[in-house]
Amino acid sequence: MTETVIEFKRATKWFGKLQVLREITLAVRAGEVVVVCGPSGSGKSTLIRCVNALEPIQEGELIVLGESLTRPGVNLSALRTRVGMVFQSFNLFPHMTVLQNIMLAPIKVRGLAPAEAEKTARALLERVRIPDKAGVYPANLSGGQQQRVAIARALAMQPKIMLFDEPTSALDPEMINEVLDVMTDLAKEGMTMMCVTHEMGFARRVAHRVVFMDAGQVVEEAAPEAFFAAAKSDRAREFLSKILTH
Amino acid sequence: MSYKFDWSVLWSGESGGWLLQGLATTLELSVLAWVLAAALGIVSGAMRTVPWRLLRGLATFYVEFFRNVPLLVWMFFWYFGVPPLLPEAVREWLFDHGLPFWAGMFALGVYHGARMSEVIRSGIQSIPRTQFEASLAMGLTTFQAYRVVIIPIALRLIVPPATSESLNLLKNSSVALTISVAELTFQTRQIETYTAKAIEAFTAGTLIYLVLCVGIAIVMTRVERRFAIPGLIARGG
Repeated sequence: MTETVIEFKRATKWFGKLQVLREITLAVRAGEVVVVCGPSGSGKSTLIRCVNALEPIQEGELIVLGESLTRPGVNLSALRTRVGMVFQSFNLFPHMTVLQNIMLAPIKVRGLAPAEAEKTARALLERVRIPDKAGVYPANLSGGQQQRVAIARALAMQPKIMLFDEPTSALDPEMINEVLDVMTDLAKEGMTMMCVTHEMGFARRVAHRVVFMDAGQVVEEAAPEAFFAAAKSDRAREFLSKILTH
Repeated sequence: MSYKFDWSVLWSGESGGWLLQGLATTLELSVLAWVLAAALGIVSGAMRTVPWRLLRGLATFYVEFFRNVPLLVWMFFWYFGVPPLLPEAVREWLFDHGLPFWAGMFALGVYHGARMSEVIRSGIQSIPRTQFEASLAMGLTTFQAYRVVIIPIALRLIVPPATSESLNLLKNSSVALTISVAELTFQTRQIETYTAKAIEAFTAGTLIYLVLCVGIAIVMTRVERRFAIPGLIARGG
């Protein structure tokens, strides 16, 4: 597990005049689970949205699965088929059933036959533990179920990397675990994951590394045990005291 | 009151045939123009929301140019203005195959396409941006994302205003009488001219438009229910 699959090299990004990423240098290896945390506005969501090029960086370099995203003419759609993403707001397509949501990209992008795509989709629904919801529309699912479908939908493209952008922040407390359980399974199977999350229990149990960001910079990177027991920076200690005591 | 009603003028002589021909022409004109308007509306409405300035500019030009000139002017433009600009062969074909009809069809379709475009754009703009991002994130190109996600959702959202717009198109097809297309209003006027029975003739025309439009509205209400997006406030009509 030494191959580097995501590499930020002094990556910098602005939204207009606001600098949201400041010379980020960060590498993620294959099979690694990295949790990105930090206060709101620290740039953590922007950071992972850069990995599948939903946001471009303006300076520095970002290499994902051997492709430099800053190289002109890079095929972003092809790259995105290898990088799955799960959003805070689920973003299932409301006019399609669960099954159609999962089958869409394999059919449209990979050109799979519908029967084959359906087989994979049903297997994925087993994996996220809601095989009985195949014919249901997203509006008729709970938040936790919708998010598990979203994970299945991303997995349908057999990505090499999975990005999670606060996947449990929009969920009721009792539904958080059902999503975290699926993510934990995924991590155990060796998926490379970058997760923006405030679920510190998950970070402690599953992550190989915690990246703490503040004001567009990576302030601290450490193994979870070290980070939670004795964060080096004041900012990280302050952040942890706020989120771990409430 | 000295006026003597004589409803039989509507079916005696040639009147009945004229009304039917008028109805057929109105339908033919409206259906073709509607297809053109829907195609132009969807394409230009979508183009106004894409991340490329040139496409947005082109679509904006189309909409503002065509919706801000009266329909009647467009009728005259396509009828008198366009044919001399066309190649000889095309012009010949048009003169042989009913130039007024085709001019009227283009005027109606292009004018209403510009109006339909705005309806479609408002539908697209009511979809959360994250739906588009989710489409891209799974590897769809922008074109695919619009084709299989964004436009299908937008079309479901805009059934009510698109129905109004379609009914307007049908009613506006009557303007084609000014370039001598023998549609329904043209024929009712012809009956009035021949029989001097204005009330009967225009009552017939009015009722036919009314039945057509109410019929379309009823069908569209069913379409709206059938394709309603689960989870949204629904139940119109």
